[in-house]
Amino acid sequence: MTRIYLDHAATSPMAEEVIEVYTAEMKEVFGNPSSIHQTGRKARKKVDDARTILAKSIGAHETEITITSGGTEADNYAVFGTAYARKNEGKHIITTQIEHHAVLHACEQLEKDGFEVTYLPVDKNGLISINDLKNSLREDTILVSVMYANNEVGVIQPIVEIGELLKDHPAYFHTDAVQAYGSLSIDVITSHIDLLSVSSHKINGPKGIGFLYQRKGILLKPIFYGGQQERKKRAGTENVPAIVAFAKAVQLKQATFTNGNVEYNQLKQVFLSELERLKVPFQVNGSQESVLPHVLNISIPNTDVETFLVQLDLAGIDASSGSACTAGSIDPSHVLVAMYGESTPELRNSVRFSFGLNNTEEQVLEAANKISKIVL
Amino acid sequence: MKKIEDTRVVVGMSGGVDSSVAAYLLKEQGYDVIGIFMKNWDDTDEFGMCTATEDYEDVIKVCNQIGIPYYAVNFEKQYWDKVFTYFLEEYKAGRTPNPDVMCNKEIKFKAFLEHALALGADYLATGHYAQVEVRDGQTRMLRGRDNNKDQTYFLNQLNQEQLEKVMFPIGHLEKKKVREIALEQGLATATKKDSTGICFIGERNFKEFLSQYLPAQQGAMETMDGKVMGQHDGLMYYTIGQRHGLGIGGSGDPWFVIGKDLDRNVLLVGQNINNDALFSTSLTATDLSFTTTLEKPQSFKATAKFRYRQEDIGVFVELIDNNRVRVIFDEPVRAITPGQAVVFYQGDECLGGATIDEVFKDGLKLDYVG
Repeated sequence: MTRIYLDHAATSPMAEEVIEVYTAEMKEVFGNPSSIHQTGRKARKKVDDARTILAKSIGAHETEITITSGGTEADNYAVFGTAYARKNEGKHIITTQIEHHAVLHACEQLEKDGFEVTYLPVDKNGLISINDLKNSLREDTILVSVMYANNEVGVIQPIVEIGELLKDHPAYFHTDAVQAYGSLSIDVITSHIDLLSVSSHKINGPKGIGFLYQRKGILLKPIFYGGQQERKKRAGTENVPAIVAFAKAVQLKQATFTNGNVEYNQLKQVFLSELERLKVPFQVNGSQESVLPHVLNISIPNTDVETFLVQLDLAGIDASSGSACTAGSIDPSHVLVAMYGESTPELRNSVRFSFGLNNTEEQVLEAANKISKIVL
Repeated sequence: MKKIEDTRVVVGMSGGVDSSVAAYLLKEQGYDVIGIFMKNWDDTDEFGMCTATEDYEDVIKVCNQIGIPYYAVNFEKQYWDKVFTYFLEEYKAGRTPNPDVMCNKEIKFKAFLEHALALGADYLATGHYAQVEVRDGQTRMLRGRDNNKDQTYFLNQLNQEQLEKVMFPIGHLEKKKVREIALEQGLATATKKDSTGICFIGERNFKEFLSQYLPAQQGAMETMDGKVMGQHDGLMYYTIGQRHGLGIGGSGDPWFVIGKDLDRNVLLVGQNINNDALFSTSLTATDLSFTTTLEKPQSFKATAKFRYRQEDIGVFVELIDNNRVRVIFDEPVRAITPGQAVVFYQGDECLGGATIDEVFKDGLKLDYVG
């Protein structure tokens, strides 16, 4: 049975061109970019070139890019790095209830360490209110972390407005753009973003690599200590082949930016119309206006997610829901709890489908048909 | 009749060797096997460690070795409502509950069975030491072949509808053989220690665990004729016939728990393992359940177990109504404990069981037992 992969928001397959570059680099470039010899210099050039591509993709300068092991490290670096660098200026942090756990759990850890965290609520569409943010801001607020777009429901937050609000406030503005990057056009300058996290494996690049944009002048306390890499911001020998392959994935995304978004949104619409045609009852979770083109979260009445996801898997469809909890069972999604409250059926019957590279119209039609057989 | 390869079997996998081998044997026979781990209890500590996580890791390894898909399902809420609440209520009432019996009845062979059927399963299999066999159109539950491991005592509340959907793939094997198969196949759980005790308490101290949920009230330990022998830590910590943990020193025969006086919060104790007050001759039991739907005579002869791993005793069973029975023993039995199960057998077949309620000696109710 050929599987239908509709979980690109979890992770995405590597593009052919990326695999080619990745393997070529593994064969050809093994030097340590910090070495003073030619083999090292060759590797260093590869990293520098890649860094320029990464920087340009968000309108930044290459000195503002710190390469990390992925989105989680970038988020942790932004949150802990700000907290520990600025703890004498203030101990108040604002974030949202729907952040990725890489931000949420980092903030919870900081609370244990004496910091105070405000978790902004969202409305039933999954959007925060600028007024809430305004009212939560204090003199001692040192960081505001609001994700660019949510990974579970795809809802895009009003980043430009937040940037506008914060540009005259001393708090750093961090945004976790892991899910948004590659689907949205991001400009850190016009959006007044100070810190921005990106991961490679969501955009058809390799796993284990990502970056944190850190506006010039923003000082963070490092979380890794050792060598002088990344201008002492992040010690550890660079993963050169992954960095180069990541940059290749970014270039591919940029080349197909408009087409890709149209195509994935088209797949989403075909999928939804087919479900409607087959009379599968469903409701879309989260805003329909401000949403990533490739992410779809739907609630199907009278299904139970723990059963439904297994049925989908056995039928050859890869999809997901919330986040896997301890011991493989499924916890209610904190995002849906924030949107709908503690006790609504959506917590137990919502599933995320996310579209991407190599998906076809035939696949989403087949998936919709299999779903109707399971549900009806 | 479905072909074997079209017959889907969900195996309840605990991360132990028994369910691992059960899954392996079914896969070998050619069934469409799916492994599912049940998470019923959360004991995550401050470092994020949780017994369930470690067990699930083992399930993943074994399923990948066997080549079957694996999933997990969360029944924490159902377990809390149906098993743990009952467990606490029984202790509050001065009885000694059997959460394993309740877990099998309400979770494994009810909520979990329903989950399996929803996934298109034809059968639910577990690593229990018990057997099923169809005789005269009824699915009979038979004792496990390994007499020392037989688990029908815990399965006594299963009914015909449940048994028709159940497989016990290792029930015909000795435990030793199960370990051998696991070793031969190099299964990740081959040398894993058997779990002991009640699943949610695990290796932890029972007293300490219970005290988190039920307030303990200290009181006196007295002999049957009222002589104070010491202090007890809370009646719920003691069970009928218990010897250890009384702390009554001195010379002479060891001391045993004879009963409880809930009204006065007094633990009744007596000397000698065969103290006369520990023996009874009949009981009544509730929650009566039979494994088959065959019409039951008003009274019948059988053998019975009153606790796990006890030798069978000859009994005469009289139905009081649909839910209650009177059980008269062929000979006096020691330390019958309210809250535990009485389970009936005829030969190899487990007929069903009930929960021990009241205990009698020569027709007189032993109030001190509960």
